[in-house]
Amino acid sequence: MNDGNYNDACSRITLRVNGAAKQLDVSPWTTLLDALREQLHLTGTKKGCDHGQCGACTVLVDGRRSNSCLSLAIMRDGAEVTTIEGLAEGQALHPLQQAFIDHDAFQCGYCTPGQICSAVGLIREGRARTPDEIRELMSGNICRCGAYPQIVAAIEQAMGHEEGR
Amino acid sequence: MTTHVGERVSRVDGRAKVTGKARYAAEHAAPDLVHGFVIGSAVARGTITRIDASQALALPGVLQVFTHENAPRLARGDKRWRDELAPPGSPFRPLQDAEIRWSGQPIALVVADSLELARHAASLVRVEVAPAPHETDLEAHRERAYKPPPHERPSVTPPSRGSADKAFARAPVRVQAEYRVPVEHHNPMEPFATTVVVDEDGTLTVYDKTQGVQNVQSYLTTIFGAEAGEIRVLAPFVGGAFGSGLRPQYQVVLAVLAARQLQRSVRVALTRQQMFTIGHRPTTWQRLSLAATRDGALAAAIHEAVAETSRFEDYSETVVDWTGLMYRCDNVRFAHEVVALDLFTPMDMRAPGAMWGVYALECAMDELAVALAVDPLELRLINYAEHDGNEKRPYSSKELRACYHQAAERFGWSQRDPEPRSMRDGDLLVGWGMATGAWESTQRKASARAVLTADGRLAVASATEDIGTGTYTAMTQIAADALGLPLERVTFKLGDSALASAPVEGGSFTVASVGSAVDAVCRELRSKLLKLAQQLEGSPLARLRPEDVEFIGGLLRARADPSRALTFAEVLHRAGIDHLADEVTTRPSKAHEKYSRYTHSAAFAEVKVDPELGTIRVTRVVTAIAGGRVINPKTAESQVIGSVVWGIGAALQEHSVIDHALGRFITHNLADYHVPVHADVPDIEVILVEERDEIVNALGAKGLGEIGVVAVAPAIANAVWHATGKRIRELPITLDKLL
Amino acid sequence: MNRFAYLRADDVGAAVRAVAADPSARFIAGGTNLVDLIKENVERPTRIVDITRLPLGEIGPGERGGLRIGALVKNSDLAYHPEVERRYPLLSRAILSGASAQLRNMASTGGNLMQRTRCSYFYDTTTPCNKREPGTGCAALGGFNRMHAILGASEQCIAVNPSDMSVALAALEAVVHVTGPEGDRAIAFAEFHRLPGDAPQLDTNLRQGELITAVELPALGFAEHHAYLKIRDRASYAFALVSVAAALELQGGTVTEARVALGGVAHKPWRDREAEALLVGRRVALEHFQRVADALLQGAVGRGANDFKIELARRAIVRALSHAAGRTSRDDARR
Repeated sequence: MNDGNYNDACSRITLRVNGAAKQLDVSPWTTLLDALREQLHLTGTKKGCDHGQCGACTVLVDGRRSNSCLSLAIMRDGAEVTTIEGLAEGQALHPLQQAFIDHDAFQCGYCTPGQICSAVGLIREGRARTPDEIRELMSGNICRCGAYPQIVAAIEQAMGHEEGR
Repeated sequence: MTTHVGERVSRVDGRAKVTGKARYAAEHAAPDLVHGFVIGSAVARGTITRIDASQALALPGVLQVFTHENAPRLARGDKRWRDELAPPGSPFRPLQDAEIRWSGQPIALVVADSLELARHAASLVRVEVAPAPHETDLEAHRERAYKPPPHERPSVTPPSRGSADKAFARAPVRVQAEYRVPVEHHNPMEPFATTVVVDEDGTLTVYDKTQGVQNVQSYLTTIFGAEAGEIRVLAPFVGGAFGSGLRPQYQVVLAVLAARQLQRSVRVALTRQQMFTIGHRPTTWQRLSLAATRDGALAAAIHEAVAETSRFEDYSETVVDWTGLMYRCDNVRFAHEVVALDLFTPMDMRAPGAMWGVYALECAMDELAVALAVDPLELRLINYAEHDGNEKRPYSSKELRACYHQAAERFGWSQRDPEPRSMRDGDLLVGWGMATGAWESTQRKASARAVLTADGRLAVASATEDIGTGTYTAMTQIAADALGLPLERVTFKLGDSALASAPVEGGSFTVASVGSAVDAVCRELRSKLLKLAQQLEGSPLARLRPEDVEFIGGLLRARADPSRALTFAEVLHRAGIDHLADEVTTRPSKAHEKYSRYTHSAAFAEVKVDPELGTIRVTRVVTAIAGGRVINPKTAESQVIGSVVWGIGAALQEHSVIDHALGRFITHNLADYHVPVHADVPDIEVILVEERDEIVNALGAKGLGEIGVVAVAPAIANAVWHATGKRIRELPITLDKLL
Repeated sequence: MNRFAYLRADDVGAAVRAVAADPSARFIAGGTNLVDLIKENVERPTRIVDITRLPLGEIGPGERGGLRIGALVKNSDLAYHPEVERRYPLLSRAILSGASAQLRNMASTGGNLMQRTRCSYFYDTTTPCNKREPGTGCAALGGFNRMHAILGASEQCIAVNPSDMSVALAALEAVVHVTGPEGDRAIAFAEFHRLPGDAPQLDTNLRQGELITAVELPALGFAEHHAYLKIRDRASYAFALVSVAAALELQGGTVTEARVALGGVAHKPWRDREAEALLVGRRVALEHFQRVADALLQGAVGRGANDFKIELARRAIVRALSHAAGRTSRDDARR
């Protein structure tokens, strides 16, 4: 690298998206969200505010939940990205996806992929044990339809808390 | 077991939504798609004197910058621009002239071959404006209020009755108070967007975020002077709308305009900030004057309201009527006026009119209960309206008493100490409040088409929408039951202007309207199928009366002898046809005119307030709803829970602040415009009260999309008074108001 | 959104040289604020220098018994780091009361210090703003200033610093290590951010090209007696109207060391050592806390919509100090 080695044209990057390596040509200013939606046509990841204020764009980057709208794709070169499209295994839904259906944890469905990806991250982080902790640590995902109580119930189900209640 | 109506059925579109496969307006692909980015006005009023797009146009990949100077002239005359839900006035016409009518008005559309390029190019367009003085402050201009011309209903406000002012002056117990509510924006999670696909034959397939595909389709064909077959509008999934999608939004006009001019497929999506440049719930000033006899009977009720509208359309909503409807009172006076401001025309937003009108009424009722030293619930029961006092006619059904009793019981209302600041949880003040809600139950003309195919599958369709309300699921249940089919063999299609006619998805009337049509068309197929079956040679069902044949699991079967049966497929096969189809249109029955048809609710809320810091938390809400027959309790409860969350937002958080110096909404993003997050929402208990109604429609369903929100904000406001002894008459109740 | 060139820096020196040479270049790490501002055309860098691959992501022992936090350590990793939870729970709490879990997973330690104000006018390029465009005026002064400063503001700017983490770092008297074209230096936390004065476009005292490499916590962590109280308009995921980081050292019920830092009230985390000194040598008592609050808020000025913050801050200081001293059984108020 030298100091003059700036790049303002398209760059070829590689993302491992839902387990498959994808090569993309991105501009420096292309966000991970736009790359997923516009280039890979993975429109399950939603654009709700484009400013990190709603959580609809939440995906897992190297296993951690992140706002894809505030990530520049070029900075994620080489990263492992999991989107809502990558959670089910064939026809078998991820336990959280099934729990969301069981508890009617959505209405319009637009925030749902972000809620589910966020919940996957939440469970992996292992910091939420009580419903109040789930509420606090899921507060980065806004649901305007107001399905919050059902979402918390779905997450508890997926955590395996259901039996203990 | 073949009944699905009334069961807790999981959403039939659930799998598509949890796997990311459900595609919304901005998510439909098209070859060579280009992207439009909207430039909005920076001032509230003025005239565009110059637009310099040269820098933008110089960038490779920028196709065009549409402005009023180069955009094609579309239809002339207000009438052609008036969509199905337009209020009286002169609707806004994007890029048709140089005039600026509100801050954020679209004044240019930059089209480029990528989203980022369009957005970047938009930042290079220089706009010069000769600004004119603007007025955006309702309070400052209340003297300009006028009575708006009627909109939708025969009359905006019902006639006053008795002599309210005299009765008020004479009554022994009186309360009078002013209530103020701010502008709110719908803020569905999906921003408005349109993808226009130009097909090979030049026709346009328009994927739009809307609550009315046929409303948008007829609007577009009229303003563009197109043939009906040239434009088809689709909205298979809508990421929330709450009323904001009832009228065509400006991005659909811009997208179609660009697609027609460029002969390219075009997508235009609004940013979250631009979601504050469209319609909103209007800021409203109200004064309630209530008087009662010593035993609590209402002697007089006066409800005055002044709301905002735009300079170019007279939007008005049903704000004051509720006071004459919800309680028994012989002396009632209504006054409802509007002030025209330099803002965009307000729009229906979940329970328009009732949201603010019932809030003020129910807070005033709470104040009256305090003045009378009567329990707030008791006061409501003393003044219970057995008949609709505005229309002077009976209700088709009204199980509000059951709502009060069941919700109060579950909440533990009898344990309430009436004294404010008397209940505590450690250092926190505890407040309990309650309120009543009402919302209209209507049915509109609607059509549905059904096709039963030889493989025993049923496909039903109507041009309605599912904005998260559960339309897909409810209609599938209704259709399945009408023909005795398992859900898996029924599909319901919606969100396509080419389907059988349906009204916009709003007003809580979709199940009553479209559901009735779906039920009717499926029953029609049922009759036809039976007739066919009985005509078959050697039919095991020959000569049986219809009531002696049951439709179950894809079979027609004699009730008396289950061995006498035919499958649907057999009937069609032996009759030599591959499908059976019909389309039916249903309308409200004549009985509607003789009855008032409303849903009702009671909400009980608990808040905990930090007495020093003023922070308020809603810790418990119990609400009971009387909404007729419930098609799907699972999705119905979700509607009501969501409504309660809206009530929490309205009571404590939501506020589109206008900077009057700039004439602009300044809290125009989701960090400044607060809506509730997970941590704000406690467990919410919903009771769906049993209510039979044979008048509203054949299904007995009254609609649940809005009733749940009406009583919540006043219940919370009343709970805050009970906790603190402070009566905050201006929403939202933020902590500073309690310091 | 403007267009910019992108450079991925492989070593600290190259990163510093790249930004030092170009006043419109910016470092980027988590991007949670910079990308946001670029989209709004508030920041218009011509170049951004990606520092995420630099070796600045470690947490390890500091020089004087404290803890050294690499500038690239993510907010969530810092908040949940066992040493931080054990020795600096005040910092952990402050971080966890800010933003959302997703944003904390992205945002870096250095970036959090560089957060710009959330003033609505700063974000809206159609409005006058001296911080965004010096000389255009301040729309917040006569406008919607509910979130704005009551202390240390100027007629040029009444914006506030939105960080929670910085409030705790101010109370803990962290040191910011930077490296720049003229070498390394250490900046006391109180000297890192600045008041708006006549140059509100400057948020910090960093020089062009200087890069934060680490934040160092002193040994004294106030693990026993601390509180972070954040008051906001909803229960989570909102910026502070007022926040208070309170930290006490007690010996037999007598205060030997006191720190109070305020967030949401000024252009930088607000401290007043003289006010804090009023507590030293005193026994834990409400009247002393009130005296500190009064002293801290001396000179506070409301601008209309934010007038309430003066009284709110007063009460919040007392509450936080009481809580830090263990005089109330209640946990931190949730907002």
